[in-house]
Amino acid sequence: MQFASSLILQFVELVTALLLAPLLTGWINQCRAWLANRSAPPLTLFYRQLAKLFEKEVVLAANASSLFRAAPYIIFACMALTATIVPTLSTALPLGPAADAIALVGIFALARVFIALAAMDVGTAFGSLGARREMLVGFLAEPALLMVFFTASLISRSTSLSTIVATLGRSELTIYPSLAFAGVAFTMVALAENARIPVDNPTTHLELTMIHEAMILEYSGRHLALIEWAAALKLYAYSCLGLALFFPWGIPQDTAPTSLGLAALSLIFKLAIGGLLTALIETLSAKLRIFRAPEFLGTAFMLAVLAMLVHLLLETAK
Amino acid sequence: MSGYPALPVYAQTINLLAAILLLLSFAMLGQRRIISLINLFMAQGAVLFASTALVAAATNQHHLYWSALITLVLKVFLLPWILHRLIRRLNVKWDIETLINIPTTMMIGLMLVIFSFNLALPISALAGTILRSTLGIAMAVVMLSFLMMITRSKAVPQVIGFLSMENGLFFAATSATYGMPMVVELGIALDVLVGMVILGVFFFQIREQFDSLDIHHLEKLKED
Repeated sequence: MQFASSLILQFVELVTALLLAPLLTGWINQCRAWLANRSAPPLTLFYRQLAKLFEKEVVLAANASSLFRAAPYIIFACMALTATIVPTLSTALPLGPAADAIALVGIFALARVFIALAAMDVGTAFGSLGARREMLVGFLAEPALLMVFFTASLISRSTSLSTIVATLGRSELTIYPSLAFAGVAFTMVALAENARIPVDNPTTHLELTMIHEAMILEYSGRHLALIEWAAALKLYAYSCLGLALFFPWGIPQDTAPTSLGLAALSLIFKLAIGGLLTALIETLSAKLRIFRAPEFLGTAFMLAVLAMLVHLLLETAK
Repeated sequence: MSGYPALPVYAQTINLLAAILLLLSFAMLGQRRIISLINLFMAQGAVLFASTALVAAATNQHHLYWSALITLVLKVFLLPWILHRLIRRLNVKWDIETLINIPTTMMIGLMLVIFSFNLALPISALAGTILRSTLGIAMAVVMLSFLMMITRSKAVPQVIGFLSMENGLFFAATSATYGMPMVVELGIALDVLVGMVILGVFFFQIREQFDSLDIHHLEKLKED
């Protein structure tokens, strides 16, 4: 009985993620349009695009292998899994202990490897170019992300995300200077990983600058829909991760229906503000040249290491 | 909570401000534009003022209020104003050239931070103040400003590095011993101000002689 109900709750969390992710992307696009003085697209645009793409037929290149066809499903599954591992509605869900922070980074890496392989599979120039750039950004962003997780792990003495969030959420009056550093580093990594503006532009199709778009040029129909949805889920997972690590208040540690409802409300509220801030950052900053991206991510790595050092200096008992 | 000792809220806030001070030092190290560099220096002064005022309030050390006030007037308003005026009159808006590229500088800076944190650990164990753990950060700020003075080839960023080093020293004094005696503090404040004015004159002289503010021209100075 206990097991069945927790499974249902996990399912609810997954469905919430699947439904909220396109909404979050739509919200960020809307905010960006407002900030740029354009008339904003409706919030439901992303859902309609997905529906349209699912109805269209898939056009495959003649030399596309089975890897090319399997990749969208693998990527989508990876991103759906990460969205369920990150504690969003409660820290006491069954999939929470299934993977810790390091495994989470591994799942993100798995999805990245598959999207890069699929991009190179057909053999177009753009695919290989995008794959190379994606791997460049990925291999620089990953250590920084791990360092951020290590800082949070040092504070809570555990690499399990549920424990980290529970520990951080409990002590409300403590200010962690290290987490301030880690927060800045995480924001930079999240912008880079989700193909947002300082590193990549999600709306561009200009061949010289695109990274993520270059990799998925060959996809169409339901494959493209799955990949777009997976990208939205990745953004959602990263946002929830950031909120869980740096603003953990409002995530309950039990699974009572009322606390889950409150958690959902606070999550939507926090995501709305986070999305607005993301749009603000994107509007205020210019896209970096691709060769400046290592510097950007190097700064993120440095900040994450500083966070660890500051934690060791200021926050350990002597 | 296992790791974090139960510090009072003001001490935690001071720790946070100290961390921001370190962050600003790194931002200065990685900054390419002179105007942003001055603004960062101003922000550093503001953080220093806030932390000094907070220490004064927390420990009832009245002379620290004066130090905080001097910091506010000198480092948040006067010096940035002079610097802004200087670069406007010198017309130096170009990007800063560094001797080592910026990511490498950052990595060296990281090493320096580890070094100074280690160096400060035994010293801060001797100090009896509430801020003793921030001594490492103060030393790191001094080291990073040093690094900035070494890696920049133009005169204005070097002067900003020098001023930022003074910020670090001031913070070290506050964190280790609740500030220096008033006379010393006033003396240093005046020194910095006069130094700034003299260096301002120097800038014009250097530029007049070499048509550039790159101090490497000074190496070619010969008596003939």
